[in-house]
Amino acid sequence: MTPFLSVRDLYVRFATEDGTVRAVDGLSFTLERGRTLGIVGESGSGKSVTNLAVLGLHDPRTTEIRGEVLLDGQELTGAPESVLEKLRGNKVAMVFQDSLTALSPYYTVGRQIAEPYRKHTGASRREARLRAVEMLRRVGITDPALRVDDYPHQFSGGMRQRAMIAMALVCDPELLIADEPTTALDVTVQAQILDLLKELQQQTGAAIVLVTHDLGVVAGTVDDLLVMYAGRAVEQGPVREVLRAPRHPYTWGLLGSMPRLSSDVGQPLTPIPGTPPSLLAPPPGCPFHPRCAYAASVAEDRCRTERPSLPPGRGAACHLGEERQRSVFAERIRPRLG
Amino acid sequence: MDEKSPRVGEPLLVAENLTKHFPVRGGFPIRRTVGAVQAVDGIDLTVRAGESFGLVGESGCGKSTTGRLLTRLLEPSAGRILYRGEDITHAGRRQLAPVRSEIQMIFQDPYASLNPRQTVGRIVSGPMEIHGIEPPGGREARVRELLETVGLNPEHYNRFPHEFSGGQRQRIGVARALALGPKVVVADEPVSALDVSIQAQVVNLLQQLQRELGIAFLFIAHDLAVVRHVSHRVAVMYLGRIVETGSREDIYRRPRHPYTHALLSAVPEAADADGTTRRERIRLTGDVPSPVAPPSGCRFRTRCWKARDRCATEAPALARADGSGEGHLSACHFPEPPTTAARPEA
Repeated sequence: MTPFLSVRDLYVRFATEDGTVRAVDGLSFTLERGRTLGIVGESGSGKSVTNLAVLGLHDPRTTEIRGEVLLDGQELTGAPESVLEKLRGNKVAMVFQDSLTALSPYYTVGRQIAEPYRKHTGASRREARLRAVEMLRRVGITDPALRVDDYPHQFSGGMRQRAMIAMALVCDPELLIADEPTTALDVTVQAQILDLLKELQQQTGAAIVLVTHDLGVVAGTVDDLLVMYAGRAVEQGPVREVLRAPRHPYTWGLLGSMPRLSSDVGQPLTPIPGTPPSLLAPPPGCPFHPRCAYAASVAEDRCRTERPSLPPGRGAACHLGEERQRSVFAERIRPRLG
Repeated sequence: MDEKSPRVGEPLLVAENLTKHFPVRGGFPIRRTVGAVQAVDGIDLTVRAGESFGLVGESGCGKSTTGRLLTRLLEPSAGRILYRGEDITHAGRRQLAPVRSEIQMIFQDPYASLNPRQTVGRIVSGPMEIHGIEPPGGREARVRELLETVGLNPEHYNRFPHEFSGGQRQRIGVARALALGPKVVVADEPVSALDVSIQAQVVNLLQQLQRELGIAFLFIAHDLAVVRHVSHRVAVMYLGRIVETGSREDIYRRPRHPYTHALLSAVPEAADADGTTRRERIRLTGDVPSPVAPPSGCRFRTRCWKARDRCATEAPALARADGSGEGHLSACHFPEPPTTAARPEA
């Protein structure tokens, strides 16, 4: 059986004045209906670019996209705009980080929720308005019949994020892409929004891609996890396994950099040395090798010369090999995480 | 001013009933003051020599305004600020000059807080220039030394901010704050604009500086785990008021205020995925009310699951609740039981 969403060997390159930026460099993943995939990575890791490519939102004049994006058997890369337009907001929807820029200040919240519904279903103005009220109620806005006529500036940050989720879900999408949906929010509101996404998924059975930089956010929310670094997936697997027994030195570095509410405060954090590489000229071999403490211990300089491949299912794109990954984590990394 | 270095534990920077209301103007054709944003509303806090004091809260709670009041970048509406016992609340330029060199600030955004047209050397030596300080060996030598202290290459003296990454820029900001040998540094969200892997580098640097130079920090942040990691004592703010304050253990292991408790339970943690730690979840409903018209009585009551009539009529005082230890204050009529373990023991 073919998976609901399948991305295979995706390459996204931008032509810039300084040269070609390899934003996504050979990425593959799959996602089934009713499941949530978390994509984590730092700025510039390619996590957002990937999703814009799935939706066909890159400017074709400056962007080169290669690879395969199959949604429910339908090829999306290179699909004509008319096909993508029918999908976007309908079968596939997106929630962005910044609700203040994603919503238009000139139209009422209700109209912005009703618009895609009318476009995709041909509903009347009246029906669409009722649908908007219903959506606002479902995302937990109090007095939805009154608030439907408010403008975005009359909503608080958390309410705007709810309104954007209502807008994304109005046509019952089968795939929801949420790009840092809670990053701009306070923790108490973030918890509400994450709960809401899970609840709505249970009702509709949609597949969700949740993009974030926060390993804490994915922990309680997603089923599977993909860790990205410099445009590549470096580790993947069920979220519990990745966070409980991570295998890639970059994932170790991320976990060691984050203080936890239960960690030993006497211990200094263990940062990853150096900075992420330039995507104009990524390092040869493994992109993480210049910052990796274990690269020197791999025979024949393989980390510098040979690009490690990511095994499907559970695994890491790393030359250390599974056995050493396990022993290094157990002996050196695990004790420090507390 | 006493030139001796402060003893560890001596109160350095003290706020008493500190208040800042920003006027809200409106109306047509004559614009007049129609209300006030009560950004900071009567807070007391003390930063002691050699310690790190954490100020946490969600956006709009007044934590940044507090930092700006204490560094005298904003003029308080009421209350007092004392620096080593001296009242500097309304001190003029001349009286403030020596104090300014001892209280420095690190800002959140390393892109906006450095002048893009100045070299690193010029930026870091700026404070010495303003205060007319000529260190032995010259300013350039001192700047090179400072760059080395914060982990930058002293050879980069003549480079411009755009040639550095975000983490390196934040280090430049730290070097500038250290230029005059401050006794207190107010750090306003110093790592929140940085990527996770870089955050840890800067957090470690700040802790190392504190140990080696004995600088006191007022660490303002919304990230509860980062604040816990760096702070000896912590205050939690909500809508312009401190709702709870105490030692790190008091706040994180034995919170008495329902808001502190809810805040801690809302933090998503990577450790939650492995299923070994079961935490109770408290979900607050709604958003933080507007600081223009805060709720009567206890400001948290509109989101609090324990609120009763009394909470609407009577503002709870920040005081030691029954069962709390020395120095652990909370502002709640119905505090959480003293044994509340918001977190499993480490």
